[in-house]
Amino acid sequence: MSQKAAALRQRKRRKTDVAPALVFMFPAILGLSIFVLAPGLRGIYLSFTEYNVFQDPKFIGLDNYERALQDPLVWNALWVTLQYVAINIGFQTVFALILAVLMHRFTRSVLIRGVLLVPFLISNVIVALVWYWLLDFNLGYVNALIDLISLDRMPFFGEDTAMPTIAMINVWRHLGYTALLILAGLQTIPKDVYEAAQVDGAGEIRTFFGITLPLLRPVMAFILVLTVTGSFQIFETIAATTGGGPINVTRTFSILITERAWNSYQFGYASAISILLMLILITVAIVQMRLLRGNESDLSR
Amino acid sequence: MTILNRRGASTEARDELQSTSKSARAVAYVALTIFVLLTIFPLWFMIRTALSTTRSLPSDPLSLVPVDFTLGALNRVLGLASSAEAIAEGGSGQSLNFFQYFANSAISTTGATISQVFFSAAAAYAFGVLRWPGRDAIFFVFLFAMTVPGIFLVLPNYLLARELGLLNTLAGVMLPHMLMAPFAVFFLRQVFLGTNMSIVEAAIIDGANHVRIFFQIVLPLARAQVMTVFILQYIGIWNDYLWPFYIGAGAEESKTLTVALGVFRSQTPQGSPDWAGLMAGSLIAALPMLLLMILFGRKIVSSIQNSGLKG
Repeated sequence: MSQKAAALRQRKRRKTDVAPALVFMFPAILGLSIFVLAPGLRGIYLSFTEYNVFQDPKFIGLDNYERALQDPLVWNALWVTLQYVAINIGFQTVFALILAVLMHRFTRSVLIRGVLLVPFLISNVIVALVWYWLLDFNLGYVNALIDLISLDRMPFFGEDTAMPTIAMINVWRHLGYTALLILAGLQTIPKDVYEAAQVDGAGEIRTFFGITLPLLRPVMAFILVLTVTGSFQIFETIAATTGGGPINVTRTFSILITERAWNSYQFGYASAISILLMLILITVAIVQMRLLRGNESDLSR
Repeated sequence: MTILNRRGASTEARDELQSTSKSARAVAYVALTIFVLLTIFPLWFMIRTALSTTRSLPSDPLSLVPVDFTLGALNRVLGLASSAEAIAEGGSGQSLNFFQYFANSAISTTGATISQVFFSAAAAYAFGVLRWPGRDAIFFVFLFAMTVPGIFLVLPNYLLARELGLLNTLAGVMLPHMLMAPFAVFFLRQVFLGTNMSIVEAAIIDGANHVRIFFQIVLPLARAQVMTVFILQYIGIWNDYLWPFYIGAGAEESKTLTVALGVFRSQTPQGSPDWAGLMAGSLIAALPMLLLMILFGRKIVSSIQNSGLKG
C-alpha cells in the first residue's frame, strides 16, 4: 500500500521534469533548428526563387521545377545516378552477404573484422585517389598487370567504364561495413532454427535461401534503405576523380547540384534539383520498406 | 556449390553447426583470404607509392615494394623539402602546408566532436531519463532529421555561414556539427533508456539535482557507449569533404586535410601527376584513422556491428 503511494507521489513529482528537460535539450534543439529545420525550410523556399547570392531571391513559382523537368542534364543525372546505385548496391549487397555468412560460420576473429573495416574508416577522397592511382591508364598497377598478360590496357575512367569503376571503388570501401551490419543480423537468428533444418536434412544452400535469408529480411531492409539512400547521394569519389566527366557520364545529382550552385550561382535552381532528389529518395525508401516488409519480423510468428 | 549440395544431402548427422566438411571449410578460408587480401592490397600500395620516387615509378609499376625508396615524398607534402628537391623527385614544387591542414583537421574535428557528443548526450538525457509530456514527439523530429539528405542542407547552410561571415573560417567548418548530431542523440537515448532508474530515484531522494545525476551517475555508467559514439562521429567528421570543401577551401587557415588533398591533386601537373606525393599526402591523412583502428579496433568493430540494430 505504502509502496503504491510512494510510486504515485513519485509520478506526480516527475511531471515537473519539464524544466530540466528544456535545459538539457536546449543546445541540441537550437542546433536542430538552426542547421536542419530552418535550412530545410529555406531550401524549399529557395527552390521557388531565382537566387544568385548577390541579389535578393526573386519568387518565380514553379519555374525551376518546370525547367528541371525539361533539363537534359537532370534526366542524365537520374540515369547515371541510377546506374551507379544499381551497380554499387547490387555488388555490395551480394558480396557483403557472402562475407557476413563466411565470418558468421568460419571465424570469430576480431582482427579479420577490423582489417575488413579499415577502408570504411578512410576518407572517400583518399580511397578515390588510391584507386585512381591503381587504375591509372599509363602507370597504374592494374593496367601493368593487364599488360603483363598481354591484354589491351583498360581506360578505367573512360566513357563506358567510369561509372562502373567508381561504383566498384565504393563497393570496396563499404564492403566490410555492410558485412558487419549483416553479421549482426545473422547473430540474432536463434540457433535452434538451424538445428531444426538440419534434422529435416536441409542442405547448406537450401538452409541459406530457405531460412537465413527470409529471417534476415528485416535487417536487410534496414541496411538497404541505409545504403541505397547513401548511394543516391554519391559525391566525393566523383569529385576527386572524374568530376562528372568524361562528357556527362558521371554527372550525378550531387555533382550537378553543386555545379549549379557554386559554378553558375543558380542557388534557386540547385535547390529545386536537390528537392527532386529528396522526393526520389523518400519514394525509394517507402517502396523498399513496402516490398521488403521491413518492419515485420518472421521470427515473432 | 556441388560440393556443398552433396554434403548437405547426405544424412550424416551433424552434432554442431560449425562441423562442416573439410572441402567447404577450405573454400570458405580461401574466399575469406581473398577478401582480406583485396582489402589490404590497395592500402599497402598507397604506402609503397608514398615511399617511392615519383620519377622512378614508371620503371617498375608492378613492384610490391617502394621503387627507389625515399622519404622525399613525405617530406615534400609536409613542406620539409625545398622546391628544387621537390621538382627533382617529380613533385610540383608547390609549397604545401600539410602541418597547417593537419592542425586544422585535428582542431576542428576534436572540438566539434567533443562539443557535439556532450550536447547530444544532454539531449539524450532529456529524452531517455527525464519524463515530460511531448518528449516522444520532439524526439521524432530528431529521428526525422536523421533522414534528411546532406546535399539538401549544404546549400542553405552555406548561405547561412556566408551571411554570418563564417566562410573560410575554421568556426564555419565546425559550427553545424557542434550542437548535436541526430544519430548521436538517437544512439545515446537508446543507451540512457537502459539506465537503472532506481539509482536515479535514490539520488533524487538524496537531494541530487539532474545536473549532478547526469554528470555523476548517468554519464559514467554509459562511459563505454559515449566513447563509442565519440569514435564513430570523430571518424565521420574527420573524413567529411562536401561541407569543409565549400565552406573552407578558400583559405589556408580553414582548409582541412581531405580538402587540401583534393586541391593538391588538381595542382599536380596534368598527365604526369606527382603520384608519390599524392599517396604520401593520402597516407598522412589516413594515419590518424589507422591509428584509431589499431588502438580501438575491437571497440570500433563491436560498435559498428551494434550501431544499426540497437534501435
